[in-house]
Amino acid sequence: MQPETATTPALEATVLVSVGRHPVTGRARRADQDARGVELAKSLPNARVGLLYAGHLGSDNESALRGYLGMGFETLSLLEQPEGADVLPALAEALEASSPQLVITGERAEQGEGSGLLPFLLAERLGWPLVTSLAAVESVENGQATLLQALPRGQRRRLKVRLPALLTVDASAPAPRQSAYGPSRRGRLDTRAAEASEDTAWAEWQVQPARKRPKRLKIVKATSARDRFKAAAAKAEGGGGQVLSDVTPEEGAEAIFKLLREEDVLR
Amino acid sequence: MSEVQRRDPRREWIARNRLHPQHSEVMAELGRGAASEWMGPHGVLRRNPHAVGFTGPNGVKRIDRSGAQQGVTGGGASAAAAQQKPRVEISDPAFSVVVVPDMAGGRLSGHDRDLLGLARRLADADDQAPGAVLAVVFGAHKESGFEEAGIDRLLHLESSDVTGYAPEARLSALGMIDMAWSPRHWLLPDSKLGGGELGRRLAARLGERPVAGVWQVEADPGQATGWRCITRGAAESLDIQRELPRIALALAECAEPVSDIRHAATPVALPEPLPATLSRIEDLGQVPVDPAGVALSEAEFILSAGNGVRDWDGFHHTAEVLGATEGASRVAVDDGYMARDRQVGATGTWVTARVYIAVGISGAIQHLQGIQTCEKVIAINMDPGCDMFKRADLAVVGDSTRILQALVARVQQSREEQRDAA
Ligand SMILES: Cc1cc2nc3c(=O)[nH]c(=O)nc-3n(C[C@H](O)[C@H](O)[C@H](O)COP(=O)(O)OP(=O)(O)OC[C@H]3O[C@@H](n4cnc5c(N)ncnc54)[C@H](O)[C@@H]3O)c2cc1C
Repeated sequence: MQPETATTPALEATVLVSVGRHPVTGRARRADQDARGVELAKSLPNARVGLLYAGHLGSDNESALRGYLGMGFETLSLLEQPEGADVLPALAEALEASSPQLVITGERAEQGEGSGLLPFLLAERLGWPLVTSLAAVESVENGQATLLQALPRGQRRRLKVRLPALLTVDASAPAPRQSAYGPSRRGRLDTRAAEASEDTAWAEWQVQPARKRPKRLKIVKATSARDRFKAAAAKAEGGGGQVLSDVTPEEGAEAIFKLLREEDVLR
Repeated sequence: MSEVQRRDPRREWIARNRLHPQHSEVMAELGRGAASEWMGPHGVLRRNPHAVGFTGPNGVKRIDRSGAQQGVTGGGASAAAAQQKPRVEISDPAFSVVVVPDMAGGRLSGHDRDLLGLARRLADADDQAPGAVLAVVFGAHKESGFEEAGIDRLLHLESSDVTGYAPEARLSALGMIDMAWSPRHWLLPDSKLGGGELGRRLAARLGERPVAGVWQVEADPGQATGWRCITRGAAESLDIQRELPRIALALAECAEPVSDIRHAATPVALPEPLPATLSRIEDLGQVPVDPAGVALSEAEFILSAGNGVRDWDGFHHTAEVLGATEGASRVAVDDGYMARDRQVGATGTWVTARVYIAVGISGAIQHLQGIQTCEKVIAINMDPGCDMFKRADLAVVGDSTRILQALVARVQQSREEQRDAA
């Protein structure tokens, strides 16, 4: 409503959403990473956010999709696809037609093969740069976005990427807001027909509920019985550590400092 | 001085003749006083059975067959053992298996070693036509054990455009490798340390459907590639059994790491230099994060306090200066000095830090359990006999307050020097 927002063109962002699976009950729900992606897009200043889903619309996953509408959206674009179809061509065509500046996705689907490949294939097909494991978008200006990428061990890296770009969201991105029931009922699913392409390879694979992975055994390769016994009875010990006794605090601190330097943990 | 070793036949003869009056002098000169085993001039292991054993308290000769005695005289026995692993050289490989390890912290991780073990299984399946394992390492590294990990060829790329976060430049390097070696298999770790991302980019670029989350691979003559695999799908809730495609992203513990052979790890180079790529992603470097905000279980650097900390303000100040995440032993938590979520150990958090500093912690088993996977442990304690010192890589005996003060002063001094130099 403010005059400034009317003059600067809005940033077009599309979030690709999917139907998730509750880890305990197995029921359909908002996919966690996709919901984080929606939250991230909503927090962008001056952005026009659209939701896009390609897949099958059934009675069980409609409520899951409406969960995204409950985050403050009026419509969700839905590309109708048969169950188990390869949704890549349909998504690529839709994105080429609407040409948004930013496309945000989760890292891996919670159903189906879940190989996490879709954003990469989409980026390759559209010829856009792709940034993975996004934690936050710091700013978008002059056709470039400054992003924070989540690294393991809670670290962050700052990247600058030219738009249009594809971003995948990490689990450390801000938690999604709750879905409000009223808006989720009132919102519209804007269904469009799209060309479907069958995923033939998937049909050939054997799929079963996940088995527990066997625990790795500690294999002791010893030549004598004594070595085997020692290995089995050994206490977990680093051994061979350096002990500094009778040193002044300064000498001790110097030794610790050297080790910290070697390990490169001091910033 | 000449490098040529000269033999002295007379001395050798005396050394063999243990009844010779000068025998013990010559043996001492040769540096194997009471050695029972030594390497002869022709590479044959020689033994002196009379030097084995010792005279027991009752004057009876005893032989300790535990190997402890040899260990003493051997000297550097473990280094020798590494050398003695049989070395395998594959000079004319029938095909190649390319592995791109993560090299987190500049070293091969356990995940990388498992992956190399899997690569060896794929390469060595046929005795008649063995394949070579080619490892691609980007950027500087600190690893010295490439040979023991089972690598035949090592391609080390360290030009400035592939170091740091450079997925596009690395991808074009992998594309060149694909052209030059046309590998039969591509193996990458399905991890968040970069392997998972690079592997997927590679598959998208080459236009092949890869497999992600592989945790088991078995030979299967019924498949076109001769292998089938089991992978995790749908947020870890499905197992998918399928043919192993050319590009595979494997989970940790997908195979046993190589343990008892060495490979050549011959350095190789790309046939032509890397083309300059125009990156659309610019790396602006790592951002300092608030160490207190990092979850204890995934913190890289932890400063942990126990009952031996007297000056708590000084401790918090040290953690701030070092940029370390704070941890605590149970006693420090129970006494109310630290929050419950900072407790390390069996009933607290199991930490995975690369460097763990234990200040005034005695090293109770419940605490040590929590730091099992830490790489380097530094202990500061007054008691030189405490259990923490047995686990520590570096132990300093002394008062915690004064050592922490000295450490803070040392770190600040070096930072000032850096600032002055800059
Ligand atoms: C079921 C159960 C579960 C437990 N779970 C945990 C757990 O998860 N985590 C945990 O930590 N503990 C746990 N404990 C407690 C554990 O057994 C020990 O009691 C506890 O770890 C000891 O803590 P501490 O080393 O800080 O204290 P102490 O054992 O009192 O050791 C203090 C050390 O500080 C040294 N010291 C004293 N003054 C100074 C000084 N001025 N400068 C330098 N050094 C000094 C002393 O020499 C001593 O070694 C558990 C116990 C039980 C029974």
